[in-house]
Amino acid sequence: MEATLASIISAAAPLVYATMGETITEKSGVINLSLEGSLRFSAMVAFVIAFWAENVAVGFAVAMLAGATFAAIIAFASIELKLNQIAVGFVLALFGIALASFLGDNFVGERGQSVPSWPIPWLSEIPFFGKVLFSHNLMVYGSFVAIAATWWYFYRTRPGLNLQGIGERPEAAFARGINVNRMRYIYTILGGAMVGIAGAAYSLDVKLGWRETLTLNLGWIALAIVIFGGWHPLRVAFGCYFFGALQVVALQLQDVFPGLSQVLPIAPFPLMIVALVVVYSSSFGRLSDRYPKARNLFASAAPSAIGTVFERE
Amino acid sequence: MTTSDSWLQRTSPTVIAVAIAFAFAAGLLWLIDAPPLEAFKLILEGSFGSTDRASATLLAWIPLVLASAGLVVTFNAGLWNIGVEGQIVMGAIAAAWLARSVPGPTAAIIPLAIVAGAIGGGLWALLAGVLKTRFHVNEIFGGLGLDFVASGFAIYLVIGPWAREGTASTSGTDLFRDETYMPTVEAFGTQWPLIPILVALIAVVGVYFLLRGTLFGLRLKAVGKSPTSAFLLGIPTNRYLLSAFLIGGALAGVAGTMQAVAFHHKLVPAISGGYGFLGILVVLLAGFDAKWIAPIALFFTLIATGSTQLDLRLGLDSAIGDVVQGQVVLFVLLGGGLALWLRQRRRKPVTAAAPEGTEE
Amino acid sequence: MALVLTDIHKHYPGVRANDGINLDVEAGTLHGLLGENGAGKSTLMKVVSGFISADSGEITLDGSKLELSSPQDAIEAGIGMLHQDPLVFLPFTVLDNFLLGSPGPVRLNRKEGEAELARVSSNLGFSFDPEDLAKNLTVGERQQLEITRLIWLGARVLIFDEPTTGISASQRSQLFDTLRALSEEGLIVIFVSHKLEEVEDLCNSVTVLRQGKVVGAAEMPVPPERLVEMMFGEVFVESDKPEATLGDPVLDLINCTISEGSTHIDALDLSVGAGEVIGLAGLEGSGQRPFLRALAGLDDPVDGQIAVAASDMAGKGYREHLAAGVHYIPAGRLEEGLVQGLTIAEHIALTEQSGFLIDWGRADEVSTDRIDEYFVKGTPRSTVESLSGGNQQRLLLSMTPPGLNLLLMEHPTRGLDVESADYIWQRLLERRDEGTAIVFASADLDELLRYSDRIIVFFDGDVFSVDDCADLDGDSLGALIGGRGRV
Repeated sequence: MEATLASIISAAAPLVYATMGETITEKSGVINLSLEGSLRFSAMVAFVIAFWAENVAVGFAVAMLAGATFAAIIAFASIELKLNQIAVGFVLALFGIALASFLGDNFVGERGQSVPSWPIPWLSEIPFFGKVLFSHNLMVYGSFVAIAATWWYFYRTRPGLNLQGIGERPEAAFARGINVNRMRYIYTILGGAMVGIAGAAYSLDVKLGWRETLTLNLGWIALAIVIFGGWHPLRVAFGCYFFGALQVVALQLQDVFPGLSQVLPIAPFPLMIVALVVVYSSSFGRLSDRYPKARNLFASAAPSAIGTVFERE
Repeated sequence: MTTSDSWLQRTSPTVIAVAIAFAFAAGLLWLIDAPPLEAFKLILEGSFGSTDRASATLLAWIPLVLASAGLVVTFNAGLWNIGVEGQIVMGAIAAAWLARSVPGPTAAIIPLAIVAGAIGGGLWALLAGVLKTRFHVNEIFGGLGLDFVASGFAIYLVIGPWAREGTASTSGTDLFRDETYMPTVEAFGTQWPLIPILVALIAVVGVYFLLRGTLFGLRLKAVGKSPTSAFLLGIPTNRYLLSAFLIGGALAGVAGTMQAVAFHHKLVPAISGGYGFLGILVVLLAGFDAKWIAPIALFFTLIATGSTQLDLRLGLDSAIGDVVQGQVVLFVLLGGGLALWLRQRRRKPVTAAAPEGTEE
Repeated sequence: MALVLTDIHKHYPGVRANDGINLDVEAGTLHGLLGENGAGKSTLMKVVSGFISADSGEITLDGSKLELSSPQDAIEAGIGMLHQDPLVFLPFTVLDNFLLGSPGPVRLNRKEGEAELARVSSNLGFSFDPEDLAKNLTVGERQQLEITRLIWLGARVLIFDEPTTGISASQRSQLFDTLRALSEEGLIVIFVSHKLEEVEDLCNSVTVLRQGKVVGAAEMPVPPERLVEMMFGEVFVESDKPEATLGDPVLDLINCTISEGSTHIDALDLSVGAGEVIGLAGLEGSGQRPFLRALAGLDDPVDGQIAVAASDMAGKGYREHLAAGVHYIPAGRLEEGLVQGLTIAEHIALTEQSGFLIDWGRADEVSTDRIDEYFVKGTPRSTVESLSGGNQQRLLLSMTPPGLNLLLMEHPTRGLDVESADYIWQRLLERRDEGTAIVFASADLDELLRYSDRIIVFFDGDVFSVDDCADLDGDSLGALIGGRGRV
């Protein structure tokens, strides 16, 4: 049981990075639809660079750069060139997928670097929780930090409050002296960098190595989880772990239902559609009226200005 | 771009973008120590080097054209029909079911399979449409979700109820019986898939005509360009959106039929061949105009089938073809945006003496 | 301390929004800025608050020249603006709205913020529940929140853009008390409005803008007729309108209540006869649009009945109204009336043709006929966005079928040259003679007085008065629009 929970947590960790990053980006009002492509590309790049340099940290660093670059293209195309974010994001997704396949071809099957395991002394001795939470590696601990940091930033800091304002009503934020477009650049690129980390986490830790199917559909799933999570870091994180649980359960049920593992990667999607219908239904909306303290947690509306271009005059 | 621009001004950004894309690809090839010119030559040879190859290229061109034709309809209605992949799959499944379960001679089976594909794809698209209009699920995520559901369904069929005798393998079902094979025409030393080619051409011409020459198409375009104005002009916008989904899905479904019945002759898990998403790229490049689909799709298929040669002869991953495709669209999009941006920065503001009333 | 604007210019393509404006406001004054829609008031205030930058001109505050290239600069200079629709973040709490954008340490101390909110707001006589959502606040309360926030941030100049739109009478008097208190404390308060009575009531001095220029500046009190004259200019009415013979009622409103946003038209009874022309007067946002939309079937009345040609339209939507002979031409010609990207011929095909195939030959023929008939400067192949405003309006009118019961028009001649405007009315009067009733909203007093049989004045979201045109002249109409009761 503990082992199962632990494996869910570590399997979900990369998804956590990706979704936290995309949540930040979308909270500021920009949609980065290229996740599937940037995730794969970062994973490939992380593996290859770590392989050459024989150093995991360098792999992560370059992956962050790669993710940031994808995001920067979208930000530039949207803010400066006023192009449709969906169109550019989609094309970049396909492009990233193809580029990752092509450049990574020579490295399929190679054994590369991996993140060293690092159980936290003393904390990992705690019965149950020690095994589940504190016997992982730096990457997984980082995912905890990512969730906490994102949540803390949004709801407990000034710049975080401003960020929410940018995505909700850019004119109002602008009237309060916030440089909307500059912040959108920053948050989009930051989100992209986190997606880069997620990619590296897959090839250098969770799945080890590079092959085309490494991050199968996880980029698309990440996008769906952000919506499912109502752009709230804790709910999004829940979505990641829930999805991770589904995957692990599928693996373990493999013996009972052969072939399930083929189908289960698909299962999140009908669930996602159902979740979207539920979350946008009026009865769910009423939940937030009944529990006002946890209002943010039940809110499902997208930042009102998402996908739009902010112009001054 | 205004209509006063010359033809040269309008096409040169595209041409430049394509050139840059190829230069970039050449750069990539050089990066991994592969000879770029040799690679490009192989691509051409691989797609049209012999009549056999040309025929194979055409067979790949057909589903792409069909899917793209459907996407032209949905794009003109203002929709991002990301669900197109799933629509191809469902069309293929419907056609496969027909091929497996319904007896009959070739002359009956082929048209029925096409109809089945259209129904399968059309209904699947309608589902995405209803999710959007009735349940406010964005068609991008609704479509994406349905893509994966369809894909899962195909996998389930292949390793489950429709599995081959003995081994349940993901390489596909049993081959369909002989009557389902489409008749081909012999010419220049190889077999040509005449019926699929005709169907594809009819689809393109049909879509072109629908959007250019019919009231339905005009109303659809109005809905796509300005839903508010369209509504005030008396057009029932929701009904038109759903119709667009239906038509787009039906054409994608026929693409699925071609994949299952004309190409693979069985159902395989990856039956859509990625033609749905590729179709989106084609239509983006075509500027949502039906008349450019056929040549652009040919360009893309050329690269795709030609790239398989790279694997055989140079040991390169054939994904380079996808890379080039993606790049071309990316550079064309960005290039177009840049051209517009540069133009607007050069334009001077207009002042008039007589003030017109404006909103404050 | 004084705020001095010198020779401010701001233009947009086709219009000089601010044409050499000078303004001088002393500390401790409540200064009114009066003018119609399109006069340039909002543009000027956006310049002063840094939202947009002026093309040329100088702004000084307390003797020092200000470079206002962004709202941040204005905030730092102590200039705060309260927009007509208060720029609050609706899904966020009162407290978060208060704190968003404020300077301070990275770590957000909400407890401290709550205390500050309580302190500043009670000084001003307001009270808030910090956890309440901004969207649950009334417009008046949102204003109070914004005022609290701006004062807390240290504003020395406060600009209020049409603040009394959509607030209750008691909130208004509270607001006025607040404004008086603020100016007494030495702040500069600028009150932008079109409401004459309020400006008379509140302000010590006033500047009147018209068509981008300052047409007058004075200490209060100023005789109201003078203010009306400055705001609207001379109104010449040539009563050469041919008499209309009214027919049976084509439109009946019985006890109709229409509620939309800040509009609340209560229990209206109205009967419009065939061939009657009703003008809807009043400043933008006073309720004309929701009224027209309800008549068009786009919105439902909350209570009461609308009947077209004696048939009840309850529960019937836009398309049924169209079928019942009610046509609506909205103000946004390109945004709502026409489809950008389509040509004239395509629009004609859309509205004229039915069936499956488009008969392009016929579409071209009809388009050319219409173009000639309505003197549209364009060809069947012209895209509608390439036409000028006047030609777009002519096109819209040409697309409207004859023999209607009711033609609803929102600002039929806004932005048009005199020739186009005259021509449009010529055609409208022709329809009127054929028996079509026309209900039109306009900001042009001359137009209202010249063509209407009756004029309904909207003010503050409700119907203010219904008068026969013969009983009104420029001054009295202007006064009514400004919210002054009958003299």
